[in-house]
Amino acid sequence: MLSPTTPLTNDLVGAIAQRALWIRRRSFQMVYEAQLGHPGGDFSATDILATLYFGIMRYDPKSPRDPGRDRFVMSKGHCTGAFYSVLAAAGYFPQADLSTYMQPLSKLNGHPNRNYLPGVETNTGPLGHGLPVATGIAIAGQIDGADYRTFVLTGDGELQEGSNWESALTAAHRKLENLTLIVDRNRLQQGAGTEETASLDPLDDKWRAFGWHVEVVDGHDYRQLLDVLSASPKGRAKPLCVIANTFKGKGVSFMHDNVSWHHGVPTKEQYEQALVELV
Amino acid sequence: MSAAPSKKDGYFDCRDSFAATIEALAEADPRIVTVVSDSVGSSKLGGFRKKFPERMVNVGIAEQTLVAVGAGLANGGKIPFVSAASCFITGRAMEQVKADIAYSNVNVKLIGQSSGVAYGELGPTHHSIEDLAWLRLFNNLQLIVPADPWQTAEAIKAAAAFDGPVFVRVSRMAVPALERPAGARFEIGKAETLLDGHDAAIIANGTTVHRAVAAARTLAAEGISTRVVNMATVNPLDETAIAEAAATGAIVTVEEHSVRGGLGGAVAEIVSTTNPVPMRILGFPGFVPTGSAEWLFDHFGLNEAGIADAVRQTVARKK
Repeated sequence: MLSPTTPLTNDLVGAIAQRALWIRRRSFQMVYEAQLGHPGGDFSATDILATLYFGIMRYDPKSPRDPGRDRFVMSKGHCTGAFYSVLAAAGYFPQADLSTYMQPLSKLNGHPNRNYLPGVETNTGPLGHGLPVATGIAIAGQIDGADYRTFVLTGDGELQEGSNWESALTAAHRKLENLTLIVDRNRLQQGAGTEETASLDPLDDKWRAFGWHVEVVDGHDYRQLLDVLSASPKGRAKPLCVIANTFKGKGVSFMHDNVSWHHGVPTKEQYEQALVELV
Repeated sequence: MSAAPSKKDGYFDCRDSFAATIEALAEADPRIVTVVSDSVGSSKLGGFRKKFPERMVNVGIAEQTLVAVGAGLANGGKIPFVSAASCFITGRAMEQVKADIAYSNVNVKLIGQSSGVAYGELGPTHHSIEDLAWLRLFNNLQLIVPADPWQTAEAIKAAAAFDGPVFVRVSRMAVPALERPAGARFEIGKAETLLDGHDAAIIANGTTVHRAVAAARTLAAEGISTRVVNMATVNPLDETAIAEAAATGAIVTVEEHSVRGGLGGAVAEIVSTTNPVPMRILGFPGFVPTGSAEWLFDHFGLNEAGIADAVRQTVARKK
């Protein structure tokens, strides 16, 4: 397995895949050690995060607030196992810090805090906050004619929060082509399936009806993610919504598509079994 | 019933002062932007929109996005003034104020317009007499309640210069300009002593300050020497000014807010742990009936006579 700091090669997809594997292993270790976390959603989001940070976004971890950086907003702020792992792999802070996850006085809260941790753009945790804040960032970029892009990752259950749809209106009205929403469409929320709870389908039509450009991809297929996320948004005159079909618990057989792993924590045997599978 | 006082009677709408100040600030600093939720007119920002159309973001009737967009604009290097009716920018978007603004500690200025009971006839859904209690819980959110047009302008300038989250509560109720010594300055966290006195102190802010001054003058004629403190900043509180007020031995607070958790509560938290003296907290008891703002002030004793009476009673409780 590659270390997360191994230089990217010409085989971008292979390198992203290796990093995603490291993120899965490391984030599961964090959850196991803390006996807290949201590993199901960590694993559904991992491939999206790895693609963004190692294949798409422009940033300098040594200058985390550089005005020209691409922004990433982690709206599903409970999935900090994957988010912190990708930030550490990207070089925002030492990988050793991951061992403090959720410990007293750790900078690695259960939900991300921008004032403690470089690479975090806004404090999230309560759902439905990311897209509205990302909309504001994209408006600032639009006013300045800046060329940075703003990406936001929401869960799908999270779209039940009305605040998302308020900002969906504003983003389309202002033709925020510099804004990209990625929906981690794993079809499960905390207690049950999204469609059993407050159904979202047809989700793509909803975004189109709100005036967005929509792409539906396999959220575990790096090539598909790279294709839709790397396409230039210039001239589109619409914000982009990427509906990434994913599986909660992706990568570990007993967690795959299993609602009980929303915030489940592994036993020693489960942890060891997962590490056997994540190679 | 007489008509509400107007500018030509020497009374002012502080929103005008807000609007003129924000336009002047925006001329000098291109980072300044405004964010509104269909609240251009009620924020008196028509002039700003005309001068700086590209620097006004109107998100429509969507307060959660209103506040969150402010946070995003700050992330993009702007100094956003997010302006809407105080009842909605606070209550409707409380979690955005908490998570996106205060907890994220971002450089956003929230302007709560038409606060208190200014929308008296529209009833308690539109009254904003809970806003200070809600916002006072966020320790890093600077909380300013200016009392007149000059102080409104100064508060807006101070908010723009402050690097961090600020809430300014702006009334639409007509108020007179307070008399001040030449060279008066406004500073966040510093109270203003308008009248000196040693028998009692009135601590007021916002639209009640000129009423407190009038009450103190009545009391002076009776031989009760009353200090009047304009506590425009509710967070952080000026604890020195509170200590000086407590030294008179009797404190009455007056505010256009619920008696629960506002200025009076904030002062009581300090007084009770430093120099306990008899106190009265004047304000509204909770949900109030429909009626004009002036009627509500009279009905609940937030007028010259009511304030003077409260001071007499509190002085009588001095040990």
